[in-house]
Amino acid sequence: MGSKEVVKILIEVRFHGRGGQGAVTAADILAVAGFKEGYYTLSFPMFGAEKRGTPVVSYLRISDEPIVARDEIYNPDYVVVLDPTVMETVNVIAGLKKGGMLISNYPKSSDDLKTKLKADELGIKVATINATKVAMEVLGRPITNTTMVGAFGGATRLVSLETLLDVVNEWFKGELAEKNAKLIEEAYRYMMEVCR
Amino acid sequence: MRKVVRGFYSVAHSVKLCRPNVICAYPITPQTEIVENLAAMYANGELGDCEYITAESEFGAASMLVGASAAGARVFTATCSQGLILMSEVLFNAAGMRLPIVLVNTNRALSAPLSIWNDHQDSIAIRDAGIMQLYVENNQEAHDAIPQAYKVAENRKVLLPFMVCMDGYKLTHAYEPIDLLDQETVDSFLPPYEPAAYMTTKKPLAFGCYAPPHIYMEFRVAMQQAMERAKNVMLDVFKEWAEVSGRDWGGHIAVDFPDSKILVVAMGSVVGLLRKVVEELRNEGLSVGLVKIRTFRPFPVEELREALKDAEKVIVLDRSVSFGYEGPVSIELKSAIYGHSSAEIYSYAVGLGGRDMPKDFLEKLIRDVAEGRERPGFAFKGHQEFEEVIP
Repeated sequence: MGSKEVVKILIEVRFHGRGGQGAVTAADILAVAGFKEGYYTLSFPMFGAEKRGTPVVSYLRISDEPIVARDEIYNPDYVVVLDPTVMETVNVIAGLKKGGMLISNYPKSSDDLKTKLKADELGIKVATINATKVAMEVLGRPITNTTMVGAFGGATRLVSLETLLDVVNEWFKGELAEKNAKLIEEAYRYMMEVCR
Repeated sequence: MRKVVRGFYSVAHSVKLCRPNVICAYPITPQTEIVENLAAMYANGELGDCEYITAESEFGAASMLVGASAAGARVFTATCSQGLILMSEVLFNAAGMRLPIVLVNTNRALSAPLSIWNDHQDSIAIRDAGIMQLYVENNQEAHDAIPQAYKVAENRKVLLPFMVCMDGYKLTHAYEPIDLLDQETVDSFLPPYEPAAYMTTKKPLAFGCYAPPHIYMEFRVAMQQAMERAKNVMLDVFKEWAEVSGRDWGGHIAVDFPDSKILVVAMGSVVGLLRKVVEELRNEGLSVGLVKIRTFRPFPVEELREALKDAEKVIVLDRSVSFGYEGPVSIELKSAIYGHSSAEIYSYAVGLGGRDMPKDFLEKLIRDVAEGRERPGFAFKGHQEFEEVIP
């Protein structure tokens, strides 16, 4: 699905969500998918007292060489936000590299969020998808992790859609696998358009 | 087969391949998924001749393992932090009874204040139990450590418990590619457990019974001798493992750039990033190397003497504190090299209760010592400055 970007040394991704939305699983699915694409990967959560609804953070590193760094990610290349309301209390773009990208679940357009965050001044890119709406339509629950995994794939092309679909079918079973595969595919294709 | 798995699974898979007879545990964060995975394997009938018992506490878990091990079973448990110290009364007994119990400690801070995050205070607290302690750097080393732990512990020259220490969260919760062992490889390396002595109803024995002053001391001397013999047994087992698996994790210590003027000493999961930092600083012309301590018990006295004999400055990173003195690794290291090295010792307690140790923090730590901005001695690093309120 599209030409795959060549990984240069190390890509670092930080995920923000709320407990119960699957921010940890999002990073984990991408670690498995990245490995299937031939990269070394490492994902880990910033583990808190995992209560539903509290802001949570997880991390992903993708590299073309074995990964030894297990410290938290302070200067990510990408930030993925699973829940737009997290942005009200957490500075999700803290440390985001110049030229880096925020990929966010957001009810409005990429331009709207770009203006709000003064993204051009900061030299960062912004791409949004209304993941809550999409997830509610397909899952009937506001669990946005797989949608945002698809969005990350479509925005970055670091992993192919085929690989993500393979992984999601291993990760989930039966109807849940079908629904999450649908979410990934929809978000992947949508983001490919947004980030064209 | 290389597969992306979570740290928990890298341990559980390896334990399964070692064909344990009794697994007994009580869940505690961040150990839980290790025993959840094993419980699932048990429920699915994958564990063969094995009983899985969920205990009512860590004290119960350790107690049942003592009984099972004394009856000749190969046993396993995992715990950490409050769980480990709740086990401690039983674990001191297990060592004295010379039971080759293998356990994994997913290193976590001790209360109070309550912390579920990673440091080494828990395993260090049972330093004197007579339990071998191996600290691993990553999940592949944790995976590989389990069969080696059984082989060392069950060696009749040793017969002591073996604790594999892996950093909670940093390792346990991380998904990363692991070369998963297969049954054939582990079977070729680890023979079935044949206990030297075991309890049966046909031949009743007593373990750990009353020893009055005229005989107690001899048992303790024997424990020390067993620990000393374990040093060579470990080297043989580590070497054999390298041949069987193709992965050589080193001996009691592993040294990078041994002839450096500055040597950084550490244990556990920070070692990977430290190695990278050291390599980068060397590229700038700094004479710095790395000593990874793998076995904290038995302590690598001769190895450290050799590694540090020509060093000018030694930086020791401790993940725990012996309050009223300093970091325990540093205490041990100074004692080991006394009279054998004139190096200045910079002893730092870092990363307590999960305090992150970012790359630039580690770089600055080494640079400050290298460039003379620090004085030898003990200090905490990475904490916020605060004024203590004395009521």
